[in-house]
Amino acid sequence: MSAKIEIMLTINGRDHAIAVEPRRTLVDAIREDCGQTGTHIGCEHGICGACTVLVDDEPVRSCLMFAVQAAGKQIRTIDGLADGDTLHPMQQAFMDHHGLQCGFCTPGFLMLAVGVLEREPYISDEDLLDVLSSNLCRCTGYQNIIKAVRAAAKEMRGK
Amino acid sequence: MTKPAKFIGRSVPRLEDRPLLLGQGRFAADINFPGQWHMRVVRSPVAHGKLRKIDASAALKLPGVHAVWTFADVAHIPPIGFRLTGLTALEPYRQRALASDTVRYVGEPVAAVFADDPYLAEDAADLVELDIEPLPVVLDASGPPGPFDDECNTEATVIEKKSGDVEAALRAAHQIVELDLSIGRHSGVPLETRGLIGRYDEARNVLALYGAAKVPHWNRDRLALMFGRKPESVQLFEGHVGGGFGIRGEMYPEDLLVCAAALKFRKPIKWIEDRREHLIAANHSRQQRHKIRAAIDVEGLILGIEDEFFHDNGAYARTHAATVPDLAAAMLPGPYRVPAYRAVGHMRLTNKTPCGTYRSPGRYETTFVRERLIDAIAAKTGIDAIEIRRRNLVPKSAMPYDLGFGTLGTRLIYDSGDYAKLMDKLLTAADWPAMQRDLARRRAGGEKVGAGFAMFVEKSGLGPFDKVRIEVAPSGAIEVVTGVASVGQGAETAIAQIAADTLGVNYAGIKVTHGQTDRIDKGLGAFASRVTVMCGEATRLAALKLREEALAAAAELMQTTPGALDIVDSEVVRTGAPGPSMSLAALAAATDGLSAEAEFKSSQMVYPYGAHVVQLKLDADTGGVTIERYLVAFDIGKAVNPMLVEGQIMGGMAQGLGGALYEEFLYAENGEPLSVSFADYLLPTAREVPGVEVIVTEDAPSPLNPLGVKGAGEGGITPVGAAIASAIDDALQRPGAVTQLPVTPQRLKALMAAD
Repeated sequence: MSAKIEIMLTINGRDHAIAVEPRRTLVDAIREDCGQTGTHIGCEHGICGACTVLVDDEPVRSCLMFAVQAAGKQIRTIDGLADGDTLHPMQQAFMDHHGLQCGFCTPGFLMLAVGVLEREPYISDEDLLDVLSSNLCRCTGYQNIIKAVRAAAKEMRGK
Repeated sequence: MTKPAKFIGRSVPRLEDRPLLLGQGRFAADINFPGQWHMRVVRSPVAHGKLRKIDASAALKLPGVHAVWTFADVAHIPPIGFRLTGLTALEPYRQRALASDTVRYVGEPVAAVFADDPYLAEDAADLVELDIEPLPVVLDASGPPGPFDDECNTEATVIEKKSGDVEAALRAAHQIVELDLSIGRHSGVPLETRGLIGRYDEARNVLALYGAAKVPHWNRDRLALMFGRKPESVQLFEGHVGGGFGIRGEMYPEDLLVCAAALKFRKPIKWIEDRREHLIAANHSRQQRHKIRAAIDVEGLILGIEDEFFHDNGAYARTHAATVPDLAAAMLPGPYRVPAYRAVGHMRLTNKTPCGTYRSPGRYETTFVRERLIDAIAAKTGIDAIEIRRRNLVPKSAMPYDLGFGTLGTRLIYDSGDYAKLMDKLLTAADWPAMQRDLARRRAGGEKVGAGFAMFVEKSGLGPFDKVRIEVAPSGAIEVVTGVASVGQGAETAIAQIAADTLGVNYAGIKVTHGQTDRIDKGLGAFASRVTVMCGEATRLAALKLREEALAAAAELMQTTPGALDIVDSEVVRTGAPGPSMSLAALAAATDGLSAEAEFKSSQMVYPYGAHVVQLKLDADTGGVTIERYLVAFDIGKAVNPMLVEGQIMGGMAQGLGGALYEEFLYAENGEPLSVSFADYLLPTAREVPGVEVIVTEDAPSPLNPLGVKGAGEGGITPVGAAIASAIDDALQRPGAVTQLPVTPQRLKALMAAD
């Protein structure tokens, strides 16, 4: 244990003044200190991607980043993806294409896909498959996730 | 009265999706109570040894650490009992909440730390010093048994299933085909690890357990018994569940620890498993070695099969007891006629993580074994493998087909099936002859490509009962309350579809409540692909009763007879004649609510069946396998929601692929686990899992329930290992080359080097 450091985390546009140990992971700070439990923890060693959030618009595994490293940056999580009652096109596409079953890996996939498509709206199917293969899902067999992300990509480009 | 289905059979969107997509799921880790303590389990780093001493003094000195428990603190809690296939012979092998004087696998709980904060609890756990004197380990379940304790050895029990005269069949055989086959150690590995919160509510004298899954009612009753409480004073609450696959929701040592600590300290106790813990502490499954032989006649017809197998159950007999070896022994024959059969399964304990079920338990294993055997018969006789299958299939005319023995307390009788028809449908969809020609041409060009085919019979809908209550509140809100559970498979949607069609309302307006022991007094939970079959029919029966009740009440209010009324789109209307109608909500308001309850009882399981085709390519340099095409045909009698069924099949196939090519829990010679992270235990990713061409057929509805439903949860995974093994043989042009799953790149390279 070591002394706590006071930091400001900006999550989905809202500031959270918290005090954390230097070793505290970003995902624990988001979930426990800021109460945003939409981001999930699947492995804590950066492989499954369930904890993916956007930090300054880049997909990041929040289990591999310390909370103090995210201070002052813009963090976006699943909790802020919808526009009020209206689902983000990516969320809607996951529903339309049955891209989720238990839903545990879903927040990570949604944030990963949104982050990548915002940066690269015309990503090739091959590159998209590479991106999506960085997260794990145990329920769906991935095909419906791939379909959903491709459909959402079209929708997002059209906006 | 039967009405045309509006929802059953349609791929309507899931009721479950919206909160999950919004990040508003309530998984175990999302549940918190003020003042909660966090538990960290100290686990044995030694695979087998005498536990001499535990020194927690340094841990207890950390500020914020409240207690460190060892066996003495939980000695009053009995060992964990058996939920299925319990045999008294297995009782000495049950696991305690914490190890007493012997540790038997790396990962076995030996102490529990309770602290204010999970980081602190983990720090403290690292400071707990263990003095363990190592003992020799037993790691090979097919070798000689070793000692378990002073009285018992590691052969926990022997399972036997038989019918007919195998010795006579072997004597009469034209030829005998013999194989020695092994299946690796895999498990369900859901993306959400286990998590539990135990809480004692002083005001109501209720011990509550959050994070329950799969079998909440059974666990409630068992916890009540173990802690000497009335069942009503123990309540289990299922939240969102991040994948089940057999492993989650069984009663584990950690369930007992959080409950006991909540009772003792009067604090909410929260425990969230980490991934390393999950991979060494939660149930493993699958590992078996089969020595099988078949007696065949000159036409390649099976006269008899004799199988001796060794089931590696890890260090203890957990809640499933002998379920997996029992199912393996019972379901090995699959879709083929086996006039004489004997399977002898040795359930052995080893110094590895204890085992339970994993999706398609006993069938993934024995489908690999049986289909390898069929391929071997084809190779030995020189008759095409498809033709050998066709000759040996149980014909439709033989249904219902009694295998002559039982499993899971039921007699094994295939309720319905047209295996040959399904086989033809799949071969046509695959254009099998063209695929064969194309592959032969490519092989002639130097490519290592091949195709595999495998068939299977699944089981589903295990009884003996399920219960459903449907309520229409005076507000008009409709709720279906069940004793089953949801593990992410879409149970709420399927149940709502069935209720909606029977009642005459929209499925989207129905709330389905499950996994809450305070809402319904009993239920059997979600396992064995039973939910849609058992709960589905109970739902239909309850909805029929509710409908009758509603129409009787409405008839009085509308001054007519119930027979002249119907419910259409939530309106009570006059059949055939226009006239005033009344909404179901108004009726419920006028009658102060409506409610009906029904149970569905069934003493037999229902048996879906199917076949898979795979076409693949081997990479001689890397030992990698690329799946070029994958087809699944699966007959489930009646698909309540085809989209969900296809989702189950595709997801199951991906897991099967993992078990066939990548996933394996490995151990060092001293019993140290080597697969302790996702970097060592390789789940397939979007790169490895191919698209699947799914053919869902409804040729053989079950005669055992009016909807004809059979369970769809497992047929996606069952024959994947078998089909891939067959295709690798074909690519290598060496029948029988694959004798072991998974065919990892290392093993495949070794096979290719032997060319």
